[in-house]
Amino acid sequence: MIGIEHYLTVAATLFVIGIFGLFLNRKNVIILLMSIELMLLAVNINLVAFSSFLGDLVGQVFTLFVLTVAAAEAAIGLAILVCFFRNRGTIAVEDINMMKG
Amino acid sequence: MSVFAFYLFAISAITGGLFTVISRQPVHSVLWLILAFISSAGLFVLLGAEFVAMLLVIVYVGAVAVLFLFVVMMLDVDFAALKAEMAQYMPLALLIGLVILMQFVMAYGSWERAHGAAEQLAQPIPTDRHNTEALGLIIYDQYFLLFQLSGLILLVAMIGAITLTLRHRKDVKRQDVMLQMSRDPAKAMELKDIKPGQGL
Repeated sequence: MIGIEHYLTVAATLFVIGIFGLFLNRKNVIILLMSIELMLLAVNINLVAFSSFLGDLVGQVFTLFVLTVAAAEAAIGLAILVCFFRNRGTIAVEDINMMKG
Repeated sequence: MSVFAFYLFAISAITGGLFTVISRQPVHSVLWLILAFISSAGLFVLLGAEFVAMLLVIVYVGAVAVLFLFVVMMLDVDFAALKAEMAQYMPLALLIGLVILMQFVMAYGSWERAHGAAEQLAQPIPTDRHNTEALGLIIYDQYFLLFQLSGLILLVAMIGAITLTLRHRKDVKRQDVMLQMSRDPAKAMELKDIKPGQGL
């Protein structure tokens, strides 16, 4: 029988893969954004698994909000990326030091 | 049957995630990401959250992944140069991934349900109506302000994305309707009376 541990394992694996991707593709902002999407997806799996196994519907409501924020974040991130590429002609992360922050 | 479906969806989700990260071509990465999203939607259906599953397919696959695909194809980036130093970061990435995985294992291994948690559920899943209906009843009732706020977040994101990417190019001739409408023959034409046998 499939218990909550199985779902939590899948979510943890996806989250770790997301972090792995963040460090592996340090130069490519597009893959970085995709890794962040993977981590948010893992969070969603966790929320829905707990919601289902504990019998509380609020977890699914929160999944909805995480989904919204993830979509907004992807849209803004890609818009910044397009804007940056238009100005600089590259998306390499280590070139992004114009503001000397 | 549901055990088989779980392992199918779980393995394809993890495979999709892994190849999203290590794929050489960004377009392939986006396609693997779509596989991960769809498999996760399958997991959600197995968990009884049909509405969130369909939302995942519509929002992630239909909007976010297509947005990624659009940007990857539109930007003319030399991805081979970006990928060249990937092997250099591999040991560090593996180490950090392993450490965080160990932390997850420790956290999950010691997790247990608190006593009396069953009596403190905020919204118990109703048995007499299906998932979408139950979710709609509490979203539009108790979580209405949060729902409105998430709509506001999307609006801000939309305006921000448009503001960031919109540009007016000066060298492109555009149609100006007001200018066209305000033209009249007195300003646009000049009548010359040319006598026969003479030039202008």
